[in-house]
Order: sequence, then C-alpha cells, then structure tokens
Amino acid sequence: MSYEELLTQVALSNERYIVMTAENRALVRNIPSKLGNRFIDTGITEQTMIGAAAGLALRGRIPVVHALASFLTMRAFEFVRTDAGIPNLPLKLSSFIPGFLSDGNGPTHQAVEDMSLMRGIPNMTVFAPADEQDLVTMLPQIWAYPNPSYVRINTRKTEYQHSHFEFGKAEVISKGEDVTILTYGLLFEQALIAVDILKNEGLSVGLINMRSLKPVDEQAILQATQGSNLTVTLEDHFLTGGLYSIVAEVLLKNGVTAKVLPFALNEKWFKPALLPNVLEHEGFTGKQIAEKILGYTTKSVQPEISIPQFSE
Amino acid sequence: MQRVAIPTNHLETTALKVREHIIKMSTDGGCFVGASLSAADLIVYLYSGFLNINKDNLDDPGRDYLFLSKGHDVPALYGTFAELGLLEKDRLKNHLSTSDHIYWHPNTHIPGIEFHSGSLGHLPSVALGVAMDIKIKGGTNKVVCIMGDGELNEGTCWEAVLVANAYKLDNLIFVIDRNHFQANMATEDLIPLEPLHDKFSAFGAAVKRIDGHSFAALHEAFSAYPFQSGKLNVVIADTVRGKGLPSIERRADRWFCNFNAAEVEDLLKELHGEHLTQLTSETLVVR
Repeated sequence: MSYEELLTQVALSNERYIVMTAENRALVRNIPSKLGNRFIDTGITEQTMIGAAAGLALRGRIPVVHALASFLTMRAFEFVRTDAGIPNLPLKLSSFIPGFLSDGNGPTHQAVEDMSLMRGIPNMTVFAPADEQDLVTMLPQIWAYPNPSYVRINTRKTEYQHSHFEFGKAEVISKGEDVTILTYGLLFEQALIAVDILKNEGLSVGLINMRSLKPVDEQAILQATQGSNLTVTLEDHFLTGGLYSIVAEVLLKNGVTAKVLPFALNEKWFKPALLPNVLEHEGFTGKQIAEKILGYTTKSVQPEISIPQFSE
Repeated sequence: MQRVAIPTNHLETTALKVREHIIKMSTDGGCFVGASLSAADLIVYLYSGFLNINKDNLDDPGRDYLFLSKGHDVPALYGTFAELGLLEKDRLKNHLSTSDHIYWHPNTHIPGIEFHSGSLGHLPSVALGVAMDIKIKGGTNKVVCIMGDGELNEGTCWEAVLVANAYKLDNLIFVIDRNHFQANMATEDLIPLEPLHDKFSAFGAAVKRIDGHSFAALHEAFSAYPFQSGKLNVVIADTVRGKGLPSIERRADRWFCNFNAAEVEDLLKELHGEHLTQLTSETLVVR
C-alpha cells in the first residue's frame, strides 16, 4: 500500500480527517477528487496552512498537512510550536523530501535539523520510517494518537519486511556484541548493506530501526549501548539535536557511558546532487559506513542506489 | 531617464542561446525548465540592457544588484552568465555534479549570484535591506528582485512591499515573472492573484504591466525608472511558462522536467521552429 492509498482510506473512513497541503501535491495527487471539500490546498503559504489547521483542529478535525520538510518545520516553526504545540492539537505533519531526499535542491531545501526542532516542542511526537512499508505500518497509530505529530515521509522501497509497530518502540532488526547501528529513515537501506559487509568481516552486528524518535525507546538504546562494544548512530541530520544527541541524553539520564561513533552532518549542509551521488560524496553509502567502522577498506561491492522519482 | 534604443536583435540572439543552455540542463537529473524559460527574456534584458553588472565590477559597491528570488529559474541565470562571460560555458555541463556548484537553486559559489535562494519570499526582504543601505549612503545603484507569481502566495513578499513603501525605496524594483502557473496548476485556479496591478498599487507601489517576452516593452518600461519618486517600482511581466517550446508551454504537468537525450535533441530543434517534440519522459516530477 502507498502513502496516498493509506491516507485516502483513513480519511474516507473518518470524517474528522482533513488533508491539507501548501501546494505540495506529490503525495496527494489523487486525493482532491476523492475527498472533495475535505482536501484544502492553501497555496505556497506554510504558516497560514498550519494556523488554519489549528483552527480546523479546534473544531474537532484531524488535519494531515503536507509541505516540503524544510518549509514545514522551519518557515512554519513558530506556528507549529504555538498553534499546535501549546494547545496540544492533533496536527499531523507529513514532511516531504526530508534529509538527503532533497538531493539536488541545495541548502534552502535541506531539512537536516527537523528532528531536533520538532522534538524540542512540548506535546509533539516525532517519527522517521525506514521505507514505504514501514511508513504505512506506522502511520495509522501515529494519526490516531491524540498529540500533534511530525513524520519524515519516506516512500523508498527496501526488501526488508518490517514487524508490527508499537508506539514509542524501536524495531530491533538484530543484536550484536561488536557493533550496533542505530538509525532512522532512508539510511536504513544503507545500514542493511553495512551490516552485511561487517558480518562478512566476522563481526557480531546489531541493527536497530529507531522508528520513533519522540517518544524514544530508551530501553533499546540502553540495551544496544550496554550490549555492544561500539554503538553507531547513523542519520541524515545535523550532529546537533538528532539521534546522537538523543543517545547522549539517554546515557546521561541513566548514569552510564558508551563508545559511540556518529554518522551525521557536522556543522555543514550536504553537497547538492542526485541522491546516489550525495550519499557517495558525504560518505553515507553502506560500504563507506562499514569501512569507516572497520577502519579499513574491503572488497565488498556497493549495490546501486536508485534515484528517487517523486512522481505519479 | 532617456536611453537610446537598444538593438533587440542582439538580445533575441542571446535569449535563444540561453534557452538552448536551459534545454541542455534539463536532462541527467533535470531542472525546472518551464519557469526558466518564462524568465529567460527578463533576465537577459536586465543584464544586457538595464543593470550595471558585469564580470569586472562584481566587487564594486556602486554596481547594481539582481536578486533571483524564485530561484528555481536559475538555469536561465546560468545560461545568461555563460553568454555574458560571467561563467565559463563548459561549466554548464557540470549541472548536478558534486565537483561544481551548479544545481537546482542559486548559490553564491557562482560569481554574480548575489544570494542563495529557493525558499520563496526571502529575497524581497534581502533586496529591501540592500536598497535601504544604498539610500543611507546616498548611492544611485539600482536593486532588482525577480519574484515568481506563485511566490506571491508567501506573506513575506507583501511585508516587503509594505516596508519598501514606508521607506520610500524608489531604488528598488520588484519584477514579477507572471507566468500564470505555480508548481501544479494555474495560479488563478488555486490562489487567485488578480487584479495584481491594483494589489501592488494599493500597497503604495508604482506599477507597470508589460509583455515579459517583448524586449521593446521591457526596454520602454525600464527606461522610465524610477517610475515615481519615493515609490517602490513594480514590473509585472506577463510571460508564458515554457516559452519557446510549444510542446511544454502552459502545461501544468511540465514544471520540473528530466528529459531523455533524444528529447533534448528534439527540443533544441523545436526551439528553432523545426517541429513539435513527442515527449515520452515522465511528467509531474516534483522536486
């Protein structure tokens, strides 16, 4: 099932749902004809869309709102914080092309601080699915939950069959004593490749798909950091405020420490190019990740990375 | 201000070459072709016929400024820079390469680009600040900001007009590339903008509305700068999205285009009026 099919099904079965967009229609191309006046396109007005969504929520609606991740989280930030956060209204934010998915657009379109910003808002919940199947597995619970939510929309396809989603819980893919990789979003695809390479090199490797960044699965983080010699945080996000910070917060809160290697963007935006070239240039392909963890190069072959086609 | 008539043939030749550059950049990942083609004549005219900006005066604080606010029309700017000697033509082949800085939105690694853009409704206010400083210093430089019509959805564009009016910035010129489309559909079918002339007038601007593909009309309008003492200048340039390529002109589904190599060859011929192209590449690609 696709994102759009799920959204259509949920909205048609419950009158409370309103689908909104600030003229970002890639995810909702066919919804206007199906939802009629419960589809609202406010034009390129992210702030006004969020304010209007709060008004609709005040009347009992559940608005699922769409915009490019950078504009939804940053241009409209104060509206999200003030109009959805303070009153704890169920605005459901669906962010398009977050992180590396903005590929060739450039820094204006790079939402690489979105997790940090959104998790900083009281009442907000924050999620990042690993692929399309994970996305549609997670969304029904996220949308049914009474709080506002922020979801990094990720419609990429992987071979992995995800398990049932439990709100606030991570998906433990495997456990390992040498290394455990914690990741979220589209880099899950590369983490799977890295895990294979590391296993071939004889390491015992764990992998965790974080799924829910707020509330975060503290037990999963503690078990990974305490059960492995090395913990790796892997994210297409600034080093500040994302998963690396979350892990640090959880460790400090529990009075423990661990050896943690972060893969993140450290005080920089990424080089704009098509996605496979971005990953290669920034050192985020599965092979590059594995070799950085190992400290040496291998004869492993990086599988081809598909170019996103954001279209119908 | 009186100006001699400019040789429009020369501008038309340049604009045609700029359009060729745009088409050549619309493959191997693609670019925002439609919006680039609508803005091409405006950009060519402004650099060739109106603004005091060239490769030798970029460091001169007394030169003019052009801010490209809608941003995704930057292939038209790259093409113009290539034709005017601000950018080596060979570098256009580096579109989307990690070895250069030529991608879907403007950035200041390319000399001549004043400010990065891509998030709509930012540069009207940045241009406003530059115009304010020029006023404070008593300078005579002109500041142009090109905005998209869809961009006018963003409230910050109108805030900039209000402030420009308050500070009587007659050295500032907002140029609207009125191609009548935003990403997915016609502007009037989504968030209607008309009567646009009256909206800007009501906000205190001196407004001219012209054919944005006519160099004679562009020249006549800009020759009248400043339009009225103490007022923000606004030029609404009526344009056609996809101008020059009838097979994509005014098509809502041809915003971002990633053409295949054969289509690029055909579109280059279509630009020169040889035939219409049969397009098979995917439409409605949204970036």
